Amino acid sequence: MDETGRATGSGRGALSEAGGGPAPGRGPVAARPVLPGPARRPAVFSPFGEGVRVYGLIAGMWVRSAMTYRASFLLTAFGNLLVTGLDFVALVLMFSQVDSLAGWTLPEVAFLYGLSATAFGIADLTFGSMDVLGARMRDGSFDTLLVRPAPVLAQVAADRFALRRLGRITQAVLVLAYGLLRVDVDWTAAKVLLMPVVLVSGALIFCALFTAGAAFQFVAQDAAEVQNAFTYGGTTLLQYPPGVFGKDVVRGVTFVLPLAFVNWVPGAYVLGRPYPLGLPGWAAFAPPVVAAGCCALAGLAWRAGLRMYRSTGS
Amino acid sequence: MGAGRLYPAVAVGGFRRYATYRAATAAGVFTNTVFGLILVYTYLALWDEKPHLGGYDQAQAVTYVWLGQALYSTLALQGGGVEKELMARIRTGEIAVDLYRPADLQLWWLASDMGRAVFQILGRGVVPFVFGALVFDMAVPDDPFAWAAFAVALLPAMVVSFGIRYLAALSVFWLMDGTGVSQAVMVLGIFCSGMVLPLNAFPGVLGDIVRALPWAAQLQMPADVLLGRTAPVAAYAFQAAWAVALLAAGRLVQAAATRRVVVQGG
Repeated sequence: MDETGRATGSGRGALSEAGGGPAPGRGPVAARPVLPGPARRPAVFSPFGEGVRVYGLIAGMWVRSAMTYRASFLLTAFGNLLVTGLDFVALVLMFSQVDSLAGWTLPEVAFLYGLSATAFGIADLTFGSMDVLGARMRDGSFDTLLVRPAPVLAQVAADRFALRRLGRITQAVLVLAYGLLRVDVDWTAAKVLLMPVVLVSGALIFCALFTAGAAFQFVAQDAAEVQNAFTYGGTTLLQYPPGVFGKDVVRGVTFVLPLAFVNWVPGAYVLGRPYPLGLPGWAAFAPPVVAAGCCALAGLAWRAGLRMYRSTGS
Repeated sequence: MGAGRLYPAVAVGGFRRYATYRAATAAGVFTNTVFGLILVYTYLALWDEKPHLGGYDQAQAVTYVWLGQALYSTLALQGGGVEKELMARIRTGEIAVDLYRPADLQLWWLASDMGRAVFQILGRGVVPFVFGALVFDMAVPDDPFAWAAFAVALLPAMVVSFGIRYLAALSVFWLMDGTGVSQAVMVLGIFCSGMVLPLNAFPGVLGDIVRALPWAAQLQMPADVLLGRTAPVAAYAFQAAWAVALLAAGRLVQAAATRRVVVQGG
């Protein structure tokens, strides 16, 4: 697109906005279809709603493409379930040798595992394909996403949307159900209501982590694997009781990278166990606030990363 | 070019190819170190509850964790060596070009994978292990012979690793798509090689089974040689038996595949 075209385009947009639509008889008729046309858009334009709509469209496309090979989809979803189930098999193997780990029984650890793995599974399904971003930047196809009239984050998050990752969620929910059925808990209304809130907040915290990881790829390029240490490493860490880890590790994942709010803190509240690091009682209800903060920071990181993007060179 | 120079040249090529991506290597080192840290803490908690589980003391269990992280990419325990490329070549039909080359298919890919493995032990293995030794109490022998015996055990471990993945790749001649096989390689590799728990800490019959499978030759045997838990000769014999069996099976399958091969693509 040349400079004059752009200038006239924006000029026309300004004109039509001021005039509330193209005035009849003014300006070249051929230009009409190109108008940004504020009249055609809904009165209140929400970028978030647009992002969700675009995400749905792209994800739907990938789902249709996966459903073309239905047997392959079922097999890979089952394989996904097996691969992610290995973490839990490791726990079961450990508990075949001992009765408790750092003072926690198998159902209690399964409860922790289920909370973390379900939240992570939801984030992995919705935002987990972001690591394709590195490859897209290398081969230059990321530029295509930039010129489309749709939010870039929604396009990147929905890229290669892999429904087979339902396998991971299924496995995580099964473990969570086992944990819930076997733990000894005095269920109160607050505890019951807290469960879905914790799962959604945990998923948002991991989504923020995936987004921050994607933003990091603008800087890191080849070093994209570093983000795995935080995403996959993070969920692996949370599958064990906090008492297993050193004080400094627990402090780090509470105050620096607040993963503890995915399951450790609310889990301790539900099970009636002492909080890690002697946190105050209300900390169990902090996950939504923590998730909102994480999402805001990840959004800022994503914008900063996107601004740094300089396309592929030689 | 004689075979004596051809295959070393292929191996050097494999080494240099992986050595090119320095930032990716550094990222891998970082990730392996973080996972090593997480695993060490869980193992310490487990060995706290049950000292001498599987015959290891705490320092030996910690050493085992860092050996696992150091050898993870070298032995491609969850797949991801040359077999992905070989699968793609079979699927697209480019394998026809490889079959026309005046070189043996299996030896060519073995040499390439050896080059990769040697780079990854230097590039990705050394740093996490040294980090572990500096931060934690480890059972690292100061006897140079133990280290030499360990280094010798790594070679058949690499060959066994290649043998398993080569068979998996050849299956694409019949299956056309390697996704499912790669997943199976991953699940079996992580579970049976002792990445989730040392194989000698597996309970009962399950333990007897996994310790007899070829995956035991990859991580468990070199670790036991380094930790002085097994006589090197016995470990070598076990590893060599599986290496020979897997390479021979690879030859047989390769012969069957090339007799029936219908080149894809076009």
